[in-house]
Amino acid sequence: MGRSTRILLILAMLVALVSLAGFSGAFTAKARAATAAPAAATDPNGSATGSASDLSPSAQGSNLTLQSLANEVGHNKIATGFIWLMTGFALVFFMQAGFALLETGFTRAKNAVHTMGMNIVIFFIGVVGFYFVGFPLMFGGVGHLTTLGGVANLNGMLQIAKGWGILGTKGFGGAGLYDVGILAFFLFQLVFMDTAATIPTGAMAERFKFSAFVIYGFFISMFLYPLFGNWVWGGGWLSQLGANLGLGNGYLDFAGSTVVHAMGGFVALAGAIVLGARIGKFNKGGSPNAIPGHHIPMAVLGTLFLAFGWIGFNGASTLTGGDFRLAVIITNTFLAAASGGLTSMFIMWKFYGKPDLSMTCNGALAGLVAITAPCAFVAPWAALVIGVVAGALVIGGVFLVERVFKVDDPVGAVAVHGFNGLWGVLALGIFADGTYGGGDNGVAHAVKGLIYGGTGQFAAQAIGAVTVVVVALGGGYVFFKVLDRIMGLRVTAEEEIQGLDLPQMGTLAYPDFSGSAPDWVTPHSSGLGAPPGKTAPAMNSVSLDEGAGA
Amino acid sequence: MKKVEAIIRHIKLDEVKTALDEIGIKWMTVTDVKGAGKQKGYTEQWRGSKLNIFLNPKLELKIVVKDELVPKVIDTIMAVARTGAIGDGKIFITNVEEAVAIRTGARGEEAL
Repeated sequence: MGRSTRILLILAMLVALVSLAGFSGAFTAKARAATAAPAAATDPNGSATGSASDLSPSAQGSNLTLQSLANEVGHNKIATGFIWLMTGFALVFFMQAGFALLETGFTRAKNAVHTMGMNIVIFFIGVVGFYFVGFPLMFGGVGHLTTLGGVANLNGMLQIAKGWGILGTKGFGGAGLYDVGILAFFLFQLVFMDTAATIPTGAMAERFKFSAFVIYGFFISMFLYPLFGNWVWGGGWLSQLGANLGLGNGYLDFAGSTVVHAMGGFVALAGAIVLGARIGKFNKGGSPNAIPGHHIPMAVLGTLFLAFGWIGFNGASTLTGGDFRLAVIITNTFLAAASGGLTSMFIMWKFYGKPDLSMTCNGALAGLVAITAPCAFVAPWAALVIGVVAGALVIGGVFLVERVFKVDDPVGAVAVHGFNGLWGVLALGIFADGTYGGGDNGVAHAVKGLIYGGTGQFAAQAIGAVTVVVVALGGGYVFFKVLDRIMGLRVTAEEEIQGLDLPQMGTLAYPDFSGSAPDWVTPHSSGLGAPPGKTAPAMNSVSLDEGAGA
Repeated sequence: MKKVEAIIRHIKLDEVKTALDEIGIKWMTVTDVKGAGKQKGYTEQWRGSKLNIFLNPKLELKIVVKDELVPKVIDTIMAVARTGAIGDGKIFITNVEEAVAIRTGARGEEAL
């Protein structure tokens, strides 16, 4: 029998088997149909799916009253909120992956495990710290979550005067949080907090002692982030500037240009100041050296992941799926990302000869950060303008931090999240067009910025912008100074030059690539003993092309 | 026997290999190397800052041949590896005392 005949035979057998299976299926179906109710017709186009018969038993037959029907509608309304919020939660959670790739791509191969490590561990720390302490401080007095149903357990606010809340007081240790509405809200807020907490790890990368980083993670998730967050989103004093002082709708930050990004950005600045620059970053006269990242494709992928996550970050901040403004919000988000990225690219191209991709990524992120506060309140044309300004501001910001402040921020976190976070809330105070936000913070009228006559709103935005700098930069600076005194923030010079991966984490990111480990590492770790004459790394053992002045 | 060590541009490897093959030299050892000559490295740009990389990546070919083949090898490499711009590389010739083929145990020119 030839080879082709054999194949034909096998094919024929397969066909026979499949058809047999089909027949037997039909037979059993027929048998079942004979004994039970007739088989229902399928609904391939969906026109017959979803009807009165799908209501819960409490709203069927004689139970069907206006009240029971209204209950069903209410349940569905909350259901759209839950689905949209949990979708947003998943999207924003994925931004952790974006940050991990962005920060690791922008730093050197010898620190890749350490940088990745900070980006994943911050999430574990954040979940614990935020659940037990952070969330109650931030939202313990937020009141009834109207779009998520649930109960009004979060009703305790510490006030310095009537209407001037500064901290939530309910829910510590999880007390009273065992409620679907509250936990849905908790999950969504959790990933926002983690976004803020992971921003400083970029600015402090390549020299931050891991043990000190862990303490930092608890501090920001439990105390610093919730403090300012309470004032803006938890019903605290900044949100009441409208109700108490008549300043527009009070301080508004829709999805967190300041609550999340400027908080992270200015804590990053404080951390980078206290840590000091990486070895080799600045020459004796103070002129900066370039220390290129080791993996640009990784950083670009991180940027794309972040933009992807931002759909939930801004879009789901409606806290309900029934607020169709979310289409405007997401459109604005992407317009600002695009115009920010393009602006940065063209500026670098024009003034430095090439469309620097790392700065282009930063430009897109700057646009995203800046549109985060105003995305719900402005028209698409304004989002485009906000992105253009952000794309220019981020380049100015990077140069300002590096060349004027002489602070070493390896990934540009201060410029992207800090400066553009401030620009975002101010932009809200300029461009809000009065079509949205009626009832926000207990003020009936819609939100109007400067160019629509809302001077009070702009004043509230300016007060909030100053406040976040004071809290994040001041609070962060004091915390890092104290921590530095207690346990030291920075790795040793030897560890920094060798790369943090082996001394701090015990693992190399890329052990198979030549040049990723100093040549004395392998004999030690494989038990062969150091080659004669080679023991500890000398300060000048870095290769000549790895950052001048190292 | 002589050892010819030729430092060449990465992009020239295929041409050099083919040209040497045509004159009957079908063996070589190739190494990635970094070095500096008159070219003085190159300049990268990173976020608006210039970065001078002092050491240029090059390839180093090692070929051991019979003495009389050396001029032909040099001419062949020169003919294809040369672009005329700074950074074309260098050729060094040294004496080789002995050669051993590990599998057959052949010695000297027999081992090549």
